[in-house]
Amino acid sequence: MAYPPAARSSPPRQPSVKVILASADVQRVVDRIAHQILEKTQGAADTVLLGIPTRGTPLARRLADRISTFEDVAVPVGVLDITLYRDDLRRHATRAIGPTELPPGGIDGKRVILVDDVLFSGRTVRAALDALNDVGRPASVQLAVLVDRGHRELPIRADYVGKNIPTSLAESVKVTLAEIDGTDEVKLYGGPTS
Amino acid sequence: MIKHLLSGADLDAATATEILDTAAEMATVAGREIKKLPALRGRTVVNLFYEDSTRTRISFEAAAKRLSADVINFSAKGSSVTKGESLKDTALTLQAMGADAVVVRHPASGAPHRLANWVDGSVVNAGDGTHEHPTQALLDAYTMRSRLGRLAGLSVAVVGDVLHSRVARSNVLLLSTLGAKVTLVGPPTLIPVDIAGALAPATDVSYDLDSVLPNVDVVMMLRVQRERMNDSYFPSAREYARRYGLDGPRMRRLPEHAIVMHPGPMNRGMEITPEVADSPRSTIVEQVTNGVSVRMAVLYLLLGGNNR
Repeated sequence: MAYPPAARSSPPRQPSVKVILASADVQRVVDRIAHQILEKTQGAADTVLLGIPTRGTPLARRLADRISTFEDVAVPVGVLDITLYRDDLRRHATRAIGPTELPPGGIDGKRVILVDDVLFSGRTVRAALDALNDVGRPASVQLAVLVDRGHRELPIRADYVGKNIPTSLAESVKVTLAEIDGTDEVKLYGGPTS
Repeated sequence: MIKHLLSGADLDAATATEILDTAAEMATVAGREIKKLPALRGRTVVNLFYEDSTRTRISFEAAAKRLSADVINFSAKGSSVTKGESLKDTALTLQAMGADAVVVRHPASGAPHRLANWVDGSVVNAGDGTHEHPTQALLDAYTMRSRLGRLAGLSVAVVGDVLHSRVARSNVLLLSTLGAKVTLVGPPTLIPVDIAGALAPATDVSYDLDSVLPNVDVVMMLRVQRERMNDSYFPSAREYARRYGLDGPRMRRLPEHAIVMHPGPMNRGMEITPEVADSPRSTIVEQVTNGVSVRMAVLYLLLGGNNR
């Protein structure tokens, strides 16, 4: 059976890809956030870095590594899985849950810095704050992100931002990290074809 | 993910491993000050128990509550069942109350399978007659994996009243899916003919416990059900204990690393002596703890997302 050809005014558009941060840029940005953390926390005493999986985890480790290089302070690193605290749990097929690993000293009374790759709607961070509430009582909580792409849906703001990227909702930001994806890169997909 | 958990055969290796991995994460919650996760907030889990049970019902109740689900406990005693209500009508009542999951224990083999056709929610088999008890098999597998580090290639002896044991059936199915080798041991009257062929072809059968012990990684003792003792499956309780009971000398014949399991409740002095039950090799108390984590994992994977 023959269908009439679909009306098409233009050839199929290739989604545009733009590299926002290349490998060396990512490293510089991580270095800067590490310096900012040291500055803002006056030497990162009583501080714990908690990465939000997947890509917050290696970022938190890198920050701790850079901080120990710059000032010789060992900042404990942990992982905070937020799967069970997501507000869209019911809308998708069951998600596999990942490990939550708190550093041996715990987080009670510490300054916790949550680390994630992209800050977007703010819902992940809200879930992380809820998860944090169930695993301990930090003295204060801060947020460090590699990229802030705007479009917040909740009153949440990052304390340390690697790069602000103005985006439209049609675009998507993809962070790749050497530990997981083989390369360090931040790319913007689906921008206006110019 | 599957919708119901009715049989050990419902699980392929990948799904079973996913449940065990999830259970390992759920276990970390037990060590926290706040033993609660919000994953099943607003969901209703009904425990429908037509048979007496302490550990399974409490375990499911604790699991559902730790995941923030609402739990309704229903036991046949003191309910409309004593007035003659059928399983189907009870099921429709639960359905009308909006149960998202029904955990059912029933003396009739196959009752959970029937129930699964009548309700919209998920059905979890918590033991049906002499048929299956899949969450027990999962918690046993979890316990073996956490003690011995693996399941593939393990040699497991399941000893006792295999004929009436739902624990044995589910364990044979699940453990062979996960690559362990099961040997069923017991008096010939208590091992069904061709059970190996019916459940999993790689299963062995032996009537001699002493010859099996030196070659196993796990010994799982089954409860001798007191109500069976008068049915002449074996001459006397003492003779059974002599031939198939696990005592100190037999335990010392096991390999150094081997563990001793029992699904409970135990008849101390019958299938297992107190010396063995309280030894460091015994995982009996651990099995109860692990039961909560495994059931949390099952409830989460069945109900946590939108799997309709």
